[in-house]
Amino acid sequence: MGKVGIIGVGQSAFVRGYPGSIRELAFEGFKEAMLDAQISTREIDASIICSAPEYDKQRSPAGVFAEYLGLTPQPTFYLESLCSSSSTGLKVAYSLIKSGLHDVVAVVGFQKMSEISSAESQERMGRGADIQWESPFGTMMPAYYAMYANAHMAKYGTTPDDLARIRVKAATYGQINDKAVYRKPVTFDMFSDPESPMSGPVASPLRVGDCCANADGSSCVLVAGEEKAKALSKKPVWILGIGAASATVNLAGRDLFTGLTVGQEAGEQAYKMAGVTPKDIDVAEVHDCFTIAELMAYENLGFAKPGEGKDLIGNKETYKEGSIPVNVDGGLLSKGHPIGATGGSQLRTIVLQLRGEAGEMQVTDPEIGLVHNIGGVGLYGNVTILGR
Amino acid sequence: MGKKREIDDRFKRFGTVSFTSTTKVNDFISHLDEGKVAGTKCKDCGAVFFPPRADCYKCLTSDMEWFDVSGTGKLVSYSKLEYAPVGFEGDLPYCIALLDYGDYKVFGRLAGDLTPEGVEVGMEMKTVVNTLPNGQVNYVFEKA
Ligand SMILES: [Zn+2]
Repeated sequence: MGKVGIIGVGQSAFVRGYPGSIRELAFEGFKEAMLDAQISTREIDASIICSAPEYDKQRSPAGVFAEYLGLTPQPTFYLESLCSSSSTGLKVAYSLIKSGLHDVVAVVGFQKMSEISSAESQERMGRGADIQWESPFGTMMPAYYAMYANAHMAKYGTTPDDLARIRVKAATYGQINDKAVYRKPVTFDMFSDPESPMSGPVASPLRVGDCCANADGSSCVLVAGEEKAKALSKKPVWILGIGAASATVNLAGRDLFTGLTVGQEAGEQAYKMAGVTPKDIDVAEVHDCFTIAELMAYENLGFAKPGEGKDLIGNKETYKEGSIPVNVDGGLLSKGHPIGATGGSQLRTIVLQLRGEAGEMQVTDPEIGLVHNIGGVGLYGNVTILGR
Repeated sequence: MGKKREIDDRFKRFGTVSFTSTTKVNDFISHLDEGKVAGTKCKDCGAVFFPPRADCYKCLTSDMEWFDVSGTGKLVSYSKLEYAPVGFEGDLPYCIALLDYGDYKVFGRLAGDLTPEGVEVGMEMKTVVNTLPNGQVNYVFEKA
């Protein structure tokens, strides 16, 4: 069986209050990917439309998008795994191609979070947890991750300062990413300055600065079988490994609270399939919906030993010049987190890095990159390893 | 015209806002009314479940009995919320938390008079039934 490659990547700018409809938003990421791949819509055999449901009035957006993107009469369908929807889309595209059913598949991710109010959005996201047994206590995404942060702090002595350093890094790169929703610098001192919005408490120990920015956005990844990829593209990036896992939705069913088992398990699968180890990764995108999530990802992916994630950021090893650059596009924290578009945007960043086209954010000559994309509170985990 | 079937929607009384009304473990609410927080135990394999389940995925049977959550559990973690989802604003500030009882864990809230300053990970706590101002019922964790 041949390899499967990515032949085109695109994303819209991630913004607050996108001034258009969801089909127009999806077109932006799709257009960039099509111009990147230099192919026509006739080459695309199927499309997978990925987002977290319940933000839109439109039911079954796949058909609407297929029409607007010029992808009829080819098959299309909708797919979701919350914040990891478009990574799951990539996995399904991979299997559709590997099975021989299709040669080229478009994975389109989108989310227009501003369709509803911020409070409503929090409530929708909260309903990605256990609505029967947890939501009646008034849970929210930041509070769940805050529980992981408190457990990590109690076991390993991690501090809010360690978490603040992760946000400072994210903002360093958000400033130079013209697709990012948050372009402003964030300094370490802002977290202790009561006048700064960054210091505002959200769910202890997480503060405003520890939380990702909601945004509207879209992404698109064009995936092709080896023969087709070589014929259509001068610079395909190959999928070397794919892993995915799930965990219990109710925290009561879990045993680990200092890390996400789905990240560990998906990572192990992807490393094994790719035949590489954490040391081989030259650049990574990890799911930093909250600062603690990035710190746990360092440890769950083997970039640091359990409890030593704080040293990795403390020594700036995850900066562009460090031993394992992570989220050098601003991450979810500064680039923004339009749920269904996020995985595709992470994949785009790594593809551009491996092609040497990441501009100011470019890491020196990376050969192997990794994408870690989590859905819900460690409910779904997806890890993808890409290579030139 | 037949008589309208009565719907057992006791579960809509769970928590500040319940998102579920009918479930096969509605007796959970009646147990709360009697002052007991209860989980279920599979009569076939003995597996214990909290939150309670109507069905055992190990045996594929639904022959369950209730057991009371009793004794103390260790505080696994907690967080104090400064913002709340729609419908919970009046409860602020409050702390969500998780207790480990060994055979099972219980997700809930700290008692209203407890703050993060007054608790620490690993401390022993107990689960007690709590009636909310709006007449709804839940349970909270108190120091043991
Ligand atoms: Zn059983």
